[in-house]
Amino acid sequence: MSPLLLFLLVAGVGAVGWLAARARAATFAAAGPGKVRLHSVPTYHGWYVALWAVLPALIFLVAWQVAEPALVAGAALHSPAAAELPADAMNRAAVLQEARDIAAGHIQGGFNPLSTRLAPAFASAAQRYSIMGAVLALLLAFAGGAYAFVRIRPELRARTRVERLVMLLLLVASLIAILTTAGIVFSLLAESVRFFARVSPIEFLTGLQWSPQTAMRADQAGSSGAFGAIPLFWGTIFIGAIIAMIVAIPLGLMSAIYLTQYAHPTARKWLKPALEVLAGVPTVVYGYFAALTVAPMVRQWGEAMGIASSSESALAAGGVMGIMIIPFVSSMADDSLAAVPQSMRDGSLALGATTSETIAKVLVPAALPGIVGGILLAVSRAIGETMIVVMAAGLAANLTANPFASVTTVTAQIVQLLTGDQEFDSAKTLAAFALGLVLFVITLLLNIVALRVVKKYREAYE
Amino acid sequence: MTMMANDMSMSTAEASAEPKLRAAGVSVWYGPKKAIDDVSIEVDRENVTAFIGPSGCGKSTFLRTLNRMNDTIASARVEGLIELDGEDIYGKDMDVVQLRARVGMVFQKPNPFPKSIFENVAYGPRIHGLAAGRDELDEIVERSLKRAGLWEEVKDRLPESGTALSGGQQQRLCIARAIAVDPEVILMDEPCSALDPIATAKIEELIHELRGRYAIVIVTHNMQQAARISQRTAFFHLGELVEYGETSEIFTNPKVERTKDYITGRYG
Repeated sequence: MSPLLLFLLVAGVGAVGWLAARARAATFAAAGPGKVRLHSVPTYHGWYVALWAVLPALIFLVAWQVAEPALVAGAALHSPAAAELPADAMNRAAVLQEARDIAAGHIQGGFNPLSTRLAPAFASAAQRYSIMGAVLALLLAFAGGAYAFVRIRPELRARTRVERLVMLLLLVASLIAILTTAGIVFSLLAESVRFFARVSPIEFLTGLQWSPQTAMRADQAGSSGAFGAIPLFWGTIFIGAIIAMIVAIPLGLMSAIYLTQYAHPTARKWLKPALEVLAGVPTVVYGYFAALTVAPMVRQWGEAMGIASSSESALAAGGVMGIMIIPFVSSMADDSLAAVPQSMRDGSLALGATTSETIAKVLVPAALPGIVGGILLAVSRAIGETMIVVMAAGLAANLTANPFASVTTVTAQIVQLLTGDQEFDSAKTLAAFALGLVLFVITLLLNIVALRVVKKYREAYE
Repeated sequence: MTMMANDMSMSTAEASAEPKLRAAGVSVWYGPKKAIDDVSIEVDRENVTAFIGPSGCGKSTFLRTLNRMNDTIASARVEGLIELDGEDIYGKDMDVVQLRARVGMVFQKPNPFPKSIFENVAYGPRIHGLAAGRDELDEIVERSLKRAGLWEEVKDRLPESGTALSGGQQQRLCIARAIAVDPEVILMDEPCSALDPIATAKIEELIHELRGRYAIVIVTHNMQQAARISQRTAFFHLGELVEYGETSEIFTNPKVERTKDYITGRYG
């Protein structure tokens, strides 16, 4: 029986339970001269029974899906053919896998004749356990539903129980996101530890040379690689935190000030969504805009000014990235300016201050924590940005302050290190995880600081 | 009551002087809705004038036309003539920044800036360039805080934030802030409505002391307050100026039936 069909059956039991329970609860409400008052409306009784029918069965089904292959394999190993299985783990696993695939009908015949003989044992065990699982799930659904159904009474606190379960469900949903983050951190950590076993963390964090080529074969001519990540960190900061911010902070702040303080409501209605469109442009589009339009322009300027320029430059990537994050800066600044009470503005204007004096001396200082928070979030977004820098910043790990030169960033290098066929036991590939870890830690810290700053500001006016 | 009689005789003597503010046929619209209908009134130089009336009667709206604070509301439109010392404040030659320096305002809810006590008071003098140096600025701040009756309480904590003061102190700080730019008129929009009775008494005492130095117009929904602190009272109802005259006259012998009903608590 397929899992989908089984799921539908269990859901059907739940639906029947829902209808039956609701009807039963309704008869309590209707019947009797005593005019019994239900603690909860009949619908909650319906949900109470339906959830009791469906949830335990579903939990069982999920657990069964995980456990079933092991049970099947265990049963198959008791068949006479299994005695001939090779002793070493790798061959043994290969034969078993083949047998399982034949039994399931994925492949016609096995490479190893033994697997063909083992297949019937697998097939019968699989069928046996599949039926067993289905029967158990349906029994559980009926049992759960019946247990809840017989407990339906006017005074049953069905609403409270259903609400509690809803809360539990929401909690589980939020835990999944958190656990996923924890899983990501853990996998980054595990790979990074493997990297740091090959390259010392001190060299990684302080070295000035980045040249991750390692020889793949012993006889190959190639360097042993240099893993000093400082040029990458510098490139990331240069593009994401310096050039992009030089573009984004003034433009974002000024557009927020214009939109909140000067713009006519009609102008604001059109301009604000238009500005937010910038945030909706896919980063890969920004990437080729930077690489094909802006970068050649920047190169020409550089050459006109007699500065050493390359066709991929920090300025092109950083400038376009700055445009990209304008909406982040401006919408946070917009929110925090709008959150400054109107009475502050009135107070200043009533003293004879002009609008611009009011903005510069009262509104922006009062909104500053929120604005700074927005900028920090924008920085963390910028340094994690990948597409633009991959396409427009280049791959040369230069330690330079010349914005017309090509630099590379942490994210661009990660892409470079993990693209194409890779062996996952070389320092070159593992370096990507160490870089990712550092990037993660930096953006995490920036986000924490930013959120704290914003929170502090929120408290100021409440 | 005897004290009020004294006040009244004083104010009648001074009322003969030119009015400080004169409004003639003023109407205010918020979009299509008319909030003020054809109000004409003269505000004395040396007296406290109270605007009373039920909520939503337009008294605050009218007050805000006197220093053009309604300009900050995009949908508001003002018609009619308002003169400050004979000068049309909505005229082409009137600079709104100058006007607001001459006609200061104190709001319903204390609204000190989130800056130090000193900076709050120094804000106006700084933007108008009233002080030549730090010494002069210190002097203005001290004088303003003294006049607002706050100096003794805050002189040792000037660098602390203005928002850390109590509600009543904040409101006196706002009055000091308004005084610091040396205005001719001070408009007060229900300045005590967010304060406890003790803080209210202090503000009322302060208004009493400021009288004569500044023309004061105060909006209040508290009739006892109007009777205590003002010499002239204007009763607003549904956007109209119903009755305007000596405070004692309005409260003891109103001429219009609507005023009498309001004063005696029939509505509002």
